[in-house]
Amino acid sequence: MTTRRNFLKGALAATGAIVGSGGTAGVQARETRKVPPEALGLLYDATLCVGCKACVAACKEANGNPPEFNTVDQLWDTPLDTSGDTFNIIKMYRNGTMETKDAETNGYSFMKTSCMHCADPSCVSACPVSAMTKNPVNGIVEYNPDKCIGCRYCVLACPFGIPKYQFNDPLGRIGKCELCRHRHKDGHYSACAEVCPTGATLFGRTEDLLAEAKRRLALKPGSITTYPRGRLRPAQEKALQGKDTGEGNKARHGWRHEPDQSYEGVVGNYQQHVYGEQEYGGTQVVKLSGVPFEKVGMPKLPPYSSAATSETIQHTLYGGLLMPIAVLGALTWVAKRNVKPEEGEEE
Amino acid sequence: MSAQHHAKPAPVGGPLFNGVTLIAGILIAIMAVILLVRFFYGLGSVTAMNDGYPWGIWIVVDVMIGSAFACGGFSVAMLVYIFNKGEYHPLVRPALLASLFGYTLAGIGVVFDLGRWWNVWNMYWPWSVNLNSVMFEVAICITLYIVVMWIEFSPVVMEKYGLYELKKKIGKYMFFIIALGTLLPMMHQSSLGTMWVVLGTQVHPLWQTPMVPLLFLLTAVIMGYAVVLFESCVASSAYRRSIEMNLLTPMAKVMLGIVAAYIVVRLADLLVRGAFGLAFEMTLESVMFWFEMACFVAPFFVIGTEAQRRNPARLFIGGILLMLGGSLLRLNGFLIGYETGGGYQYFPSLPELMVTVGMFATEVLGYIVITRRFPVLPREA
Ligand code: SF4
Ligand code: SF4
Ligand code: SF4
Repeated sequence: MTTRRNFLKGALAATGAIVGSGGTAGVQARETRKVPPEALGLLYDATLCVGCKACVAACKEANGNPPEFNTVDQLWDTPLDTSGDTFNIIKMYRNGTMETKDAETNGYSFMKTSCMHCADPSCVSACPVSAMTKNPVNGIVEYNPDKCIGCRYCVLACPFGIPKYQFNDPLGRIGKCELCRHRHKDGHYSACAEVCPTGATLFGRTEDLLAEAKRRLALKPGSITTYPRGRLRPAQEKALQGKDTGEGNKARHGWRHEPDQSYEGVVGNYQQHVYGEQEYGGTQVVKLSGVPFEKVGMPKLPPYSSAATSETIQHTLYGGLLMPIAVLGALTWVAKRNVKPEEGEEE
Repeated sequence: MSAQHHAKPAPVGGPLFNGVTLIAGILIAIMAVILLVRFFYGLGSVTAMNDGYPWGIWIVVDVMIGSAFACGGFSVAMLVYIFNKGEYHPLVRPALLASLFGYTLAGIGVVFDLGRWWNVWNMYWPWSVNLNSVMFEVAICITLYIVVMWIEFSPVVMEKYGLYELKKKIGKYMFFIIALGTLLPMMHQSSLGTMWVVLGTQVHPLWQTPMVPLLFLLTAVIMGYAVVLFESCVASSAYRRSIEMNLLTPMAKVMLGIVAAYIVVRLADLLVRGAFGLAFEMTLESVMFWFEMACFVAPFFVIGTEAQRRNPARLFIGGILLMLGGSLLRLNGFLIGYETGGGYQYFPSLPELMVTVGMFATEVLGYIVITRRFPVLPREA
């Protein structure tokens, strides 16, 4: 990490020196941002996922997205990947005889694909018109079609290939998971988590979800444990449960009252890795899997965000417009000596 | 000043309607029809772009490469006004004209590609702009530069319509406009490269580097000179004029110096990052990399000696090689070396290609009309 930064500084100093006027002594690489303390997200546990795709259907409904057909009879919604009209899909991993769930060889597994709500998102850094923004409180990466110019730089920039564009619509928009933020005002949370029958997709505060993920990794495979479903309630909220109904509850954390739906289940054979804890500097959606993450389509990423690299370069060269103004000054001075006022006049 | 002795620019004259302009007109008409379809049925109806390759040739070729080809005006102006090489003065106007067209078209080309073009005003709306976005900086600089170039070019129009008073007034401030016209392309041409930094690991390590702004800046200047070589040769043969060899020969030498600097920076960067080894694996990327590098090295064999640089045919080839090299750098980083996963493929569709061709035709047509009617090229002795 240090070497990378030193190199970056060197590179920038060199660029600066060529562009002119030095002034790069104080080059400060911007650190990758951290998730905000009240960040919301999802925990997806592939060992609990049964591949029913209830979340895919629920996501479509919650976002008013039309079905996509990829079979001859055109009867079912059969998206092959996320798209401008599909913000969430369950992909499948297959190997050999596909005998054992969550086994790398001769096994199969599932993987949820939807926005990771990165701590330091490339899509937000890329967007020229602030149509992609990160909510400073809950960290949800939000999209505003009324600002979006449809340049698709966010599509290009996202390391998870998440934002997608509706190429076949003259008024096409960017489509991506916004953690169902439009449902929050009614006390609803992510539709995919609400409908998940096994709690494989769980909604909650990222901090709590990370703790829950680590709790699972510490358990002995094959032992029995309790799995929450729907929304992960923080410990202090559980202590208060039963005492408040409806209004009081809603005022405190904003979510609709739901009965506790947790259940007992068998602990899976996990990879000892919480995907999203470190990747790209951290993401608000975190994942557990039995099969190595790269095999189930989650890219191997460095522990920092390219948004930080890109913005370091940009602000070093253009921060406060100091360098451009200095260069312009120098150029103007030189040009004034070399350009005759009657430039282009009779010669 | 030596500039004082150069022939005054004058319109070339001659008919506007001929074989070349007719073909250009037809190509432009085809483009117009395709664009009509695009605006009524969406980008997917005419292009091969998809979510794995959300940028196709309309951005990478028409805008990125197109604007770098349009760096002739900037490269020559820098030579004349900043490095005070007044002898190159006759090259300024034609180069500026080509730049003006190149950039104006690149700017229009962006709109063809924008999926939600009616929101484009947000780019200039203080409450929308994102100062962290490299694209924002590029867009602002390009917009300003187009305005600056029109001002730089305005004396030509004023001469034509006899507005000498106005021309004199503007002339007083021309030094500042020229300085601005040198700074702005430096800024956005380098930032066009920075645009792929945020793509992170999706861009192959042979191209993904924090040094990319410098690589783009150097190659933009190189391509600027290369285009001047190319254009001078084409304009001379098309208009049956003598070639300004006395200017092109020394300019080619300046250009080669920058090419040498570029090669050093490019290789040093690959070595320091430890990415050079990837160039020796058998992949499409490595093949394209060597193809790209060859285009920068070959000119030393084509126009490496003073004698070779006095040969117009060699200058022409050297120019083309460097235009190709700079284009490949851009194409490789944004398309060939870009991989987002998920098995997406991209190859431009025919209508997509025809729009790029149409843009080129527009440029040629514009250049012909203006050089024939306005005082741009030096008067023939
Ligand atoms: S996963 Fe992609 S779309 Fe989602 S926040 Fe991260 S960069 Fe943006
Ligand atoms: S497509 Fe829209 S949201 Fe994405 S970067 Fe461009 S303007 Fe921003
Ligand atoms: S949070 Fe909502 S939008 Fe996001 S994947 Fe789940 S259902 Fe879809």
